[in-house]
Amino acid sequence: MLSVLSKGFKPAANSTVAAATTVTSTRLASTNDVNFTVQSYKLHKLDNGPKTSVTLNRTDALDFYRKMQVIRRMESAAGNLYKEKKIRGFCHLYSGQEACAVGMKAAMTEGDAVITAYRCHGWTYLLGSTTTQILAELTGRIAGNVYGKGGSMHMYEKNFYGGNGIVGAQQPLGAGVAFAMKYRNQKNVCLTLYGDGAANQGQLFEATNMAKLWGLPVIFICENNGFGMGTPIERASASTDYYTRGDYVPGIWVDGMDILAVREALRWSKEYCDAGKGPLMLEMATYRYHGHSMSDPGTSYRTRDEIQNVRKTRDPITGFKDRVVTSGLVTEDELKEIDKDVRKEVEEAVKIATTDGVLPPEALYADIYANTATQEIRGATIDETVKQPFKTTTEVLKSIGRL
Amino acid sequence: MAAFRPFSSLLVGGNTRQLLAKRGAAHFNFQPSDAPKEYGDVRQKMNLCQAVNNAMDIAMDTDPSAVLFGEDVAFGGVFRCSIGLKDKYGADRVFNTPLCEQGIAGFGIGLAVAGSTAIAEIQFGDYIFPAYDQLVNEAAKYRYRSGGLFECGKLTVRATWGAVGHGALYHSQCPEANFTHTPGVKVVIPRGPTQAKGLLLSCIRDDNPTIFFEPKILYRLAAEEVPVGDFMIPLSKAETVRKGKDVTIVSWGTQVHVCLEAAQLAQEKLGVSAEVIDLQTIQPWDEDHVVESVKRTGRLIVSHEAPKTSGFGAEIAATIQDRCFLHLESPVNRSCGWDTPFPHVYEPFYLPTVWRVFDSIKKTVKY
Repeated sequence: MLSVLSKGFKPAANSTVAAATTVTSTRLASTNDVNFTVQSYKLHKLDNGPKTSVTLNRTDALDFYRKMQVIRRMESAAGNLYKEKKIRGFCHLYSGQEACAVGMKAAMTEGDAVITAYRCHGWTYLLGSTTTQILAELTGRIAGNVYGKGGSMHMYEKNFYGGNGIVGAQQPLGAGVAFAMKYRNQKNVCLTLYGDGAANQGQLFEATNMAKLWGLPVIFICENNGFGMGTPIERASASTDYYTRGDYVPGIWVDGMDILAVREALRWSKEYCDAGKGPLMLEMATYRYHGHSMSDPGTSYRTRDEIQNVRKTRDPITGFKDRVVTSGLVTEDELKEIDKDVRKEVEEAVKIATTDGVLPPEALYADIYANTATQEIRGATIDETVKQPFKTTTEVLKSIGRL
Repeated sequence: MAAFRPFSSLLVGGNTRQLLAKRGAAHFNFQPSDAPKEYGDVRQKMNLCQAVNNAMDIAMDTDPSAVLFGEDVAFGGVFRCSIGLKDKYGADRVFNTPLCEQGIAGFGIGLAVAGSTAIAEIQFGDYIFPAYDQLVNEAAKYRYRSGGLFECGKLTVRATWGAVGHGALYHSQCPEANFTHTPGVKVVIPRGPTQAKGLLLSCIRDDNPTIFFEPKILYRLAAEEVPVGDFMIPLSKAETVRKGKDVTIVSWGTQVHVCLEAAQLAQEKLGVSAEVIDLQTIQPWDEDHVVESVKRTGRLIVSHEAPKTSGFGAEIAATIQDRCFLHLESPVNRSCGWDTPFPHVYEPFYLPTVWRVFDSIKKTVKY
């Protein structure tokens, strides 16, 4: 069974049922916390690993549920806006992979950094942006996270070094960020994320070599959703055990559909790196419901049944909901209340993302270099020539009263 | 100097809102071409995507050593250019690679040096940079560094290229000039389906490694009658697509259509007769063709989507001032993308639109 699960959840029949049975819960007598058992981890060059018995409290349960729902609903809204042609160009949705981001964020501490690639909307939200900022970025409006200058894949936050539009380009950057942390004696890690597709980029091997050579606190995390664009992992990777592919970098395979397993794996990994033993390589076995991007219906290289089966049996949100409700940690009504709130939040975000203005064209020339030399712009006639008045996007924003 | 006004209004005499409202529309009108008779009488309507597919089909049919590979190409590639070819030629000749551009390029060089015709697809021109080292240091110099013992002339790298209306920073760039600074590789860009087919076949069969950039906005939008047979358009030959006598405009790819429109506008509004040349092969380029034209018209405008600074327009301008100095009536003008990263919401302002080319014509003629 484990071997089936490790193949990026190619949804073999009943795999999920078996996984569910490994989860048991025990209410602790002294507190409101509940104990859960999570799917075993697989270890590479490690003598011990994260615990399979984890504790969850009520506050966290509600928080995790809310965050996963926000991401799910925000991505659905993005998908709809794309279909309405209000988001143009490129758009890669995270639906199905929510437990990865929310679980990892739950184990992060102040100062930890994240860098990822295309599927960055959820992370941008978790690291501090609002749903409005993300959806407005996708529609190219001022309310966007970077005022519409980035758009899909190019979103940033404090300690979030961004999505990235070039597959694999973020991997060595993550090692660099981790080196800075080590140099400054920070007890922090840099979560360096990539997909199973980008796991085959040469830059990963250059980055893991440097990271191990210099003992950097970087956690390379492969979110294995089973497909690099339209190619299943078995047809793109000579080894699909992504957690072992750092060779001399120890690794852990994690059930990426279980937020509690993800959180515990990250907590353990952080401790490991804090003790100066980094780097590490994690594989989160997960699944994406949508196509690679909006131009990919996502059904030509897998069946609709396969997707439906994962939705029914392994969905990270439904699975989590069942467990926290069954264990009595929270009530169904409380979750319904959250659903309602989230729906409202996203609806309002969509409203702003479709009505807000666009940054004035002067921002085209802002922020190319530090202190960009003033450009002369000739008008329709020569006496209408003006000097581009702004050097930074911040100045443009101030001039229109948006900062 | 006039008080500050948004420069978009200065540039086009319109307003931001109108321009942005038009974002969905292409910034040009495709102007189909009529292929010369010698390319064959039997013709079929094809768009640029189908023309590329057709060229690869012919290349694979006529050359059993030809193989096609790249990210997701086995089921057609993201733009569907290779659709049906795996079924026709088998999975050992049309196959997917992992997502690793440097590997794809290097693998292709190895295949080609061993004697196989290698057609490699890089999904976006913007992703060609991880493969840059392989193309510049390996592919371009193999023949030279081995004194002619080894070469990878059977390598053709296809990559999508250029503005598409909404591609933002990493799905829109025009990296041709990055490669023209490298002797040993050829760089080719078609303006329509007929050229795509004829030039791609030439690239595949040329004895040098070639990089073939396909304007992705034209894949579906550009359709014309294309000869169905096997024909090749010679490399390093420019084509005059509009005759004129007052000013020469040199361009390539999508921008040729913008220039044609600007030339028409100049004829109507200014009575200026502009000649438009499609360079087709950017490196090595057809100097004589452009020189002949400039000597007649006395004026030159070069227009490309890539940023102006160090764009290939700079090379053309330098050559023309060298070879046509005493014929020039005005400085060589460059109407190009601004020197910014390819912007997301500002694509309509970034591009050298019809109005900007028109302005260049006016400026050049009235110098």
